[in-house]
Amino acid sequence: MKIAVCLKRVPDTESRFTIAPDRVSVDTAGLKFDMSDFDGYALELALRLNEQQGGGPGEIVVLSLGPEGTQETLRKALSMGADRGIHLACEVVPFDGLAIAEALAAELGAGGQNYDLILMGRNATDTGNATVGPMTAAILGWPCVTAVSWLELKEGKGTAHRELEGFTETVEFRLPALLTIDEGIARPRLPSLKGIMAAKKKPVDSRPAALGEPRVTVQAMELPPERTGGRIVGEGPEAVPELARLLRDEAKVL
Amino acid sequence: MNCLAVAELRNGALRKVSFEVVTAARRAANAAGGGEVHALLIGGPGIGGRATELGRYGADVVAVVEHPALERYNPEVFAATAAAYLRAHPFRCGFFPASAQGRDLAPRVAGALRLGLAADVVDFEVSADVLLARHPVYIGKAMATLRLAGSPALVSLRPGAIGPVEAPAAMRVERTEPALDPGAARVAVTDLAERAAAKLDLGEAPIIVSGGRGLKAAANFRLVEELAAAFGNAAVGATRAVTDDGWRPATDQIGQTGRLVSPQLYVAVGISGAIQHLAGMRTSKVIVAINRDKDAPIMKLADYAIVGDLFEIVPRLTEEIRKVRAGQ
Repeated sequence: MKIAVCLKRVPDTESRFTIAPDRVSVDTAGLKFDMSDFDGYALELALRLNEQQGGGPGEIVVLSLGPEGTQETLRKALSMGADRGIHLACEVVPFDGLAIAEALAAELGAGGQNYDLILMGRNATDTGNATVGPMTAAILGWPCVTAVSWLELKEGKGTAHRELEGFTETVEFRLPALLTIDEGIARPRLPSLKGIMAAKKKPVDSRPAALGEPRVTVQAMELPPERTGGRIVGEGPEAVPELARLLRDEAKVL
Repeated sequence: MNCLAVAELRNGALRKVSFEVVTAARRAANAAGGGEVHALLIGGPGIGGRATELGRYGADVVAVVEHPALERYNPEVFAATAAAYLRAHPFRCGFFPASAQGRDLAPRVAGALRLGLAADVVDFEVSADVLLARHPVYIGKAMATLRLAGSPALVSLRPGAIGPVEAPAAMRVERTEPALDPGAARVAVTDLAERAAAKLDLGEAPIIVSGGRGLKAAANFRLVEELAAAFGNAAVGATRAVTDDGWRPATDQIGQTGRLVSPQLYVAVGISGAIQHLAGMRTSKVIVAINRDKDAPIMKLADYAIVGDLFEIVPRLTEEIRKVRAGQ
């Protein structure tokens, strides 16, 4: 199968964030960046799908949109086993999912590519929008299933599970399709030394991203108020009645 | 100007998020100089009977779309129908729930109409030409204020962020047709199965009792379940370490890669407070931690903490909560 996997390079969420002087973004100086968590699951799923297929014709193309450093994320994907990379260059990744989707759709929808599947993570861990996948599919006119937690493909058709609040939904769809991938479907592998060496020889094409006009912009960025926690009610089971009293009379949550 | 709210059903019943989006649309219509609230209700035959419930929260018009093939969600038909309704009426805003279904539906509609969507919004302000929306970013470590210019501005609302407020309206029902033949859809929901032990969903429960590695073994989750049962309105959550080990199903995971929750009360049992877990629950209104290590990160976040052996403390707390509940 020919599979495109869209990856986003995001700041490590373990970081301590500060607000940049422009007051509309976080300060990226000193932050570590990596592939967004859910995109890692999407890539691992693509690798497994083609491995299961066993030696047949297959290609995994990884795409990422962003500044120069985005190429590092693509290299990591290549070291995990993807075949080639496409870097859609832009100085700043827009916040608006639609502006990104327009650039991805322009690349993925260009003639003669014949992808069987386009995969991406359920959401990026920086913006938390979960919009780029279905928007890209809408622009391309492709069938789309979001937040896939289980997948089976057979003879040009697919069956997927989605986890709703308390329910599991089964969805059937036709290929080609665009899927966004939930956590847990396939834990991403670590790049092997051999993979890292091989990745150096794999091609990465860079071209300007055909970004759409953003409809949603960030007007202000703030840090959430610090929680003033840390109140120790007591030690051991003797502290329980006091805790219950506080929950009832002070916090009023009982 | 008028505003639209897209209602959500599960097994033929309106979900609470439906009343929340109607409340939001009412608020937005009032702020945008007054106007009607339309609620779009798509479902199987007879679903129009639910319209009065939406009227109670301020829907002036309930646009009912009934079709035998739409008893379950159908992403392409729902999206085409919502997009057609937004095209046919001049709305100032359109509100969707940021539920699992709404987060699938809203970007499809926004993509089809090439409209801006502020997703997973916890609060908003609307004027005649600008909508400002608050949306947590970087897994809740920062808060963005988003700006959408022009109409209609589309918003998906985080469940529970804006509580439903009754505002009875003289509601009228208008019937309309699906904008796409369900038989022509390329994606179909073929089954909807209730997961075992999912009595109260993590996103809707006012109280969550969550367990971590400190419980030492899967069987000890019984303590967490008993405490949740004593509250009577609590759901059970878990850390990633616990779901990775198979003590609990993956769907119970609260954290960066699991569910993001903000209940009234979050009780963390034997949870040290890894950043990835805190990301999923730090917006809870009140946090209680029970942990033997007074220096664990969760203890610094907690409003109330007890230091000690959870195997002694939790059963005692369960007993105490039973007493409180018995007196209510």
